[in-house]
Amino acid sequence: MRIEGKGRIDRSTWYGFTFDGVHYEGHPGDTVASALLAHDVRMVGRSFKYHRPRGILTAGSAEPNALVTVGSGAHASPNERATMVELTPGLQVTSQNRWPSLGFDVLSVNDLAAPFFGAGFYYKTFMWPKAFWEKVYEPAIRRAAGLGALSGVTDPEECEKGFRFCDVLVIGAGPAGLMAAKLAAEAGADVILADEGTEPGGQLTAEVEEIDGMAAHEWAAKLWAELGAMPNVRLMLRTTVTGAYDQGTYGALERLRGHATGHGPRECFWRIAAKRAVLAAGSLERPVAFRDNDRPGIMTAGAVRAYLNRWGVSPGRNVTVFANNDDAHRTARDLVMAGVKVNAVLDARHDAPKSDDFAVIRGAQVCGSHGRKGLDGITYRTASGETTIMTDCLAVSGGWNPTVHLTCHMGGRPVWRDDILAFVPKPGAIPGMVTAGACNGAFSTAACLAEGVAAAKQAVEDLGLTAPDVTLPEAGTEAGGIFPLWAVPGKGRAWLDFQNDVTVKDVKQAATENYQSVEHMKRYTTQGMATDQGKMSSVAALAILADATGRGIPETGTTTFRPPFSPISIGALGAGSKGSGFAPQRYTTSHAATVARNAPMIEAGLWYRPSYFPQAGETTWRQSCDREVGYVRNAVGISDVTTLGKIDIQGPDAAELLDIVYTGLFSTLKVGKVRYGLMLREDGFVMDDGTTARLGENHYVMTTTTAAAGQVMAHLDFVTQVLRPDLDVSVISVTEQWAQFAVAGPKSRPLLEDLLETTLTAEDWPFMSCGPVTVGGVTGRLFRISFSGEQGWEIAVPARYGASLFDALVARAEAMGGGLYGMEALNVLRIEKGFLTHAELHGRTTAFDLGMGRMISAKKDCIGKVMAAREGLVDPGRAQLVGLKPVGEVQQLVSGAHLFREGAKIEPENDQGYVTSVCYSPTLGHSIGLAFLERGPRRYGEKIRMIDRTKGLETLCEVVNPVFFDPEGARARD
Amino acid sequence: MRFSALRILKEGLTGNRGWTPHWRSPEPKSEYDIIIVGGGGHGLATAYYLARTHGLTNIAVLEKGYIGGGNVGRNTTIVRANYNLPGNSEFYSHALKLWEGLSEDLNYNVMHSQRGVINLFHSDGQRDYAVRRANSMIIQGDDAIVLDKAGVRKMLPYLDHDNARFPIYGGLYHPRGGTARHDAVAWGFARGADMRGVDLIQNCEVTGIDIEHGRVTGVQTTRGPIRAKKIGLATAGRSGQTAAMAGLRLPIESSILQAFVTEGLKPVIDNVVTFGMGHFYISQSDKGGLVFGGDLDFYASYAARGNLPMMEHVMEAGMALMPMIGKAKLLRSWGGIMDMTPDGSPIIDFSPVGGLYLNCGWCYGGFKATPGSGHTFAHLIATDTPHPAAARLRLDRFATGHGLMDEEGTGSQHNLH
Amino acid sequence: MRIPCPICGPRDSREFTYRGAALDRPAPDAGADAWEDYVHLRDNPAGPTLDLWYHHAGCASWLKVSRNTVTHEITGAVLAGAEDKA
Repeated sequence: MRIEGKGRIDRSTWYGFTFDGVHYEGHPGDTVASALLAHDVRMVGRSFKYHRPRGILTAGSAEPNALVTVGSGAHASPNERATMVELTPGLQVTSQNRWPSLGFDVLSVNDLAAPFFGAGFYYKTFMWPKAFWEKVYEPAIRRAAGLGALSGVTDPEECEKGFRFCDVLVIGAGPAGLMAAKLAAEAGADVILADEGTEPGGQLTAEVEEIDGMAAHEWAAKLWAELGAMPNVRLMLRTTVTGAYDQGTYGALERLRGHATGHGPRECFWRIAAKRAVLAAGSLERPVAFRDNDRPGIMTAGAVRAYLNRWGVSPGRNVTVFANNDDAHRTARDLVMAGVKVNAVLDARHDAPKSDDFAVIRGAQVCGSHGRKGLDGITYRTASGETTIMTDCLAVSGGWNPTVHLTCHMGGRPVWRDDILAFVPKPGAIPGMVTAGACNGAFSTAACLAEGVAAAKQAVEDLGLTAPDVTLPEAGTEAGGIFPLWAVPGKGRAWLDFQNDVTVKDVKQAATENYQSVEHMKRYTTQGMATDQGKMSSVAALAILADATGRGIPETGTTTFRPPFSPISIGALGAGSKGSGFAPQRYTTSHAATVARNAPMIEAGLWYRPSYFPQAGETTWRQSCDREVGYVRNAVGISDVTTLGKIDIQGPDAAELLDIVYTGLFSTLKVGKVRYGLMLREDGFVMDDGTTARLGENHYVMTTTTAAAGQVMAHLDFVTQVLRPDLDVSVISVTEQWAQFAVAGPKSRPLLEDLLETTLTAEDWPFMSCGPVTVGGVTGRLFRISFSGEQGWEIAVPARYGASLFDALVARAEAMGGGLYGMEALNVLRIEKGFLTHAELHGRTTAFDLGMGRMISAKKDCIGKVMAAREGLVDPGRAQLVGLKPVGEVQQLVSGAHLFREGAKIEPENDQGYVTSVCYSPTLGHSIGLAFLERGPRRYGEKIRMIDRTKGLETLCEVVNPVFFDPEGARARD
Repeated sequence: MRFSALRILKEGLTGNRGWTPHWRSPEPKSEYDIIIVGGGGHGLATAYYLARTHGLTNIAVLEKGYIGGGNVGRNTTIVRANYNLPGNSEFYSHALKLWEGLSEDLNYNVMHSQRGVINLFHSDGQRDYAVRRANSMIIQGDDAIVLDKAGVRKMLPYLDHDNARFPIYGGLYHPRGGTARHDAVAWGFARGADMRGVDLIQNCEVTGIDIEHGRVTGVQTTRGPIRAKKIGLATAGRSGQTAAMAGLRLPIESSILQAFVTEGLKPVIDNVVTFGMGHFYISQSDKGGLVFGGDLDFYASYAARGNLPMMEHVMEAGMALMPMIGKAKLLRSWGGIMDMTPDGSPIIDFSPVGGLYLNCGWCYGGFKATPGSGHTFAHLIATDTPHPAAARLRLDRFATGHGLMDEEGTGSQHNLH
Repeated sequence: MRIPCPICGPRDSREFTYRGAALDRPAPDAGADAWEDYVHLRDNPAGPTLDLWYHHAGCASWLKVSRNTVTHEITGAVLAGAEDKA
């Protein structure tokens, strides 16, 4: 219920929202949790295993119970913490993990079978009969499991990512963080102050206390405003720092639009590079385990205070407090001040402080709760026996756990402190990070303020800045005594992990079954594997494990906290990659003209290239492809080959570099000539191939395959910088600076002569020559090379002239009975000639396999030469390149099919090779293929069976020379 | 104690008071016939099969931390036999057959679930390679189906079929592939080995390997020296470190592989799906979490944790392939240390030191290998002959160049596999 | 992870490609063992190491980076081959 006069939300404005279809109203500043509590809605979910009713436990991001789905349809967002979802008008909220309704959940029958569903029960059963595991048991388990549901359709909302840099990142804007930011900012550091909440102050937002004579939350707001006015401070609310990474890199999630309707990104994932960081993340209150401590209406004492003081809501009308520490007494004090009835504070300590305002029962422990879907009453035990009282809200505190999580992200283990019964950060666990305040085990406000100053002083002085004098504000010094109480002894089930339904008994059973390592216990019972990563339960669970195994808490140790601190949507972490955003798209200068001709585009690395150019009347790609092959074989074809890597190599030692990276000799290449080169990796296998032209005495231009361009560039940089820094040579990628087109076919010479307005005689321009040309006044380069086996040329111009050159070439080709050809035709042309692509150069083939063993020059060393000579790489039994020609009734060839001898059984021992490239050759009138076959080149003329078991296909082939067409190469030299 | 539904019923009705330890915590003896270094999945499986198949029980498994604490407890739980190259092909085929009866064999439900693995392909070239691989699988005796575009759309309607940067051309479907519950595998083998008399010694770090006249005689540990006639190293992730104690230098570099899990969600992904263009693979656990991963962090590391660039890349790949997961929230990420070999394939072999056997180089294929690795390694140690299914996993293949198993074709750069 | 590029300053590791341990390439006639050592075998230290990184998305420099493989601490980065050039 709302309490008049309490809270800091705008009561004058009303926001309507629905929960499970029922209309409610709240105010700006409310969370879904506070608004539901204001309407006395206590049950908001069901637990994972037993489907027990679950209510709101906390007021923060560690909430394990109040997980709801927000929104509907494609916008539905499952597993949102009701405690963190800001109320916006029209919000649709739905409960989860129940069927058919939250009130009547069929699977709550599981709770009755709980004796059989103890820790690890599923490892011991569901095995008989064998087939039932996958057919019956597992499907049933899967249907029952899970929390909320994804919509199943594309997430329509956008998120963002960004980088930020700062001198000092302050994590948490509570008293410690605010003071740390103030000192660092006044020292002149570039500061980012981030807090996951919607207003500054941290725990101060939930408390009734004073700092410097003003209400603590007002003090926080004032300092926040002052910081915001400083040019060297960036303030980030609604920003959770989620992970600590190497060299001061932090991940952070900023909630932007959140669940509000409208435009703009939902969230932004930041990578913050900080020279120093101050962790001031506060602490999290932990419950106490007792019989049936999981009923809606039982919540942490601090959360009750927060709902009362910040949102003006009392979660009950008749509240009882149960604690083992002083801090929880504040809850009773604040409730009484607000006029809410407080039954009593049940304090487990025999020396608990008394109060004039409310009853304190010393030495009392709650040993049971009552009620069906919400709390009706509790039973507590004192030395004089058990007493049952009516109460609709139990505020529980078992003490506070410092929020050490980020300090564990790089493997640091927190340190146990017996005096405060809590783990604190290991100093120096994150290089460059200092911890301060409650997360460091300093629980009083005054200590937090002082630690914040001290931590920031250390950070700025590390950076060589001078820390100014900062006067510490006046604040409370009480930290509160505490007494160890993790679980109240007694019968029945006492919950530790509320979401996963892990009870004290489960932990004890794990210990009995020798799952005594804390990691074993966790994994065996699923304790701490819920969505809060054990924030609410792990310390208590390991205290119970320590007890059960006769060890202390420090020896028992903790499980590892790993990033993220709190869950992050995949949409935010993967922002920008939906649809085409996943990878850059590279377009050639002829892209627009190509698309205008309706050519289907295919991906080639990051580039797009045309598959074929359909013409009217053609109904299959094969018709277009065959026609385009005909252009090249009979007239002239044009193809954009810009995507091939082009690397400019200049300097007195350019020739020597090429001799190192290529198997062949390039220093002997004459100016104006081009040579084919094969490049090996250092392990002796083929890396890439291509042609390199010598444009001048000290100037070469190398081409690479499209896919390997980047790899080859890095390789050349490696050779020139690491292996041979003595070489005087410069290497740069010019792939995008030059547009390059293949002009191939018997009519290619007249086409170019017309275009270039010059004669290209066979004497001046023999096969494998190159040189400068002028195209319409622009200086370009002409190479006489061929990837089709026809008389071929490649003409290159600076990229800005590419589109117009393309148009000029195509117009001329079409006038001469030729035209454009795409990747399909290019592939047919090269297979007919036995030329290679990455289908053959797939990283596992050697020069020997490709029949190019003799291209490894004996006159010099080159990369990969030594390892290429290993016996296994030149074994005559290796599969080597051959051609295949179908000779039986079945004519179909399949890339990826395997090769077997006639009569051999189809089993691995008889597998002799595989097919890499196939096509129908319109030139030859039948299918052809390239393959790797054991001892292949010595088996020309032999019959071999091509087996494709995926299609049930068998084709009898003849092994032939891989150069199917014009084996003498006369046409290219013509 | 034998596990069964009846036992659960009986215990449930009598207050669950009768459960007993799944394995003992014995003190180490001064001598064993065989010591297995490493109480991860492979070490435990090796001990189990030494006892079960070869009747050898005077065995200790020495584990520096807690059993199952390495990569067997930190992986994406995928089990498959869909390799292309000889060596891997017959080995993983052998392993998958062992998986198929493992729960019953161990009397421990490892939740092996043959949900099917689909490797998507995104170009003609990738399809050709998938066909080649599918043929290898079928010829090996395993199952493979090449799905076309429509076939994938029917099976996995939630993928971005129409708007992806790298359109889906089809998929290589391996119906017998799937997942298993990773911890249960370690615990099931541990319990099975312990039941047969194997001593599982936790918190016992091996600090030295004793060698006399070229033959092992025992180990030094944090719990004192222990003599042994034979020693098997099954310490993937740290193989370079343990082998160095015997003076060996291995063809291994350790790298980090991250894995990720989301909060629990109602069933939405039924199979294991891999996205070759983005290095992304995903399945959904029986508990409801989406379990997924990607490539290595690409630098040598023993830190057992990763960094943001690869984590973000994996999420980006996920959003590109299946943008319906945008509102699933990443709950936890972790990093495991991988033994990366130059060809990306494992080693089960003799070492140059007498009585010392190597099981290492699992790269990121270790989990699915677990029973196969244990079974064949036990065979090697017990009989001093390689098991036929693992005979090609030789240490000397790098030196000779014979029988390299470079499935990815990236060559001898350890971190590229 | 952030790597202090001597040319560009500290940059996010996503700008770099890792190659592996910085080793000296043997002479062509150094023998099979030396080459096996260079191409395949690794010290693979758990601790300080000297690695080669390529600043592919920056200045295209190859760097030798002093790094700890256990803590990921980076104690320095120099241009590979700088000593040879000087």
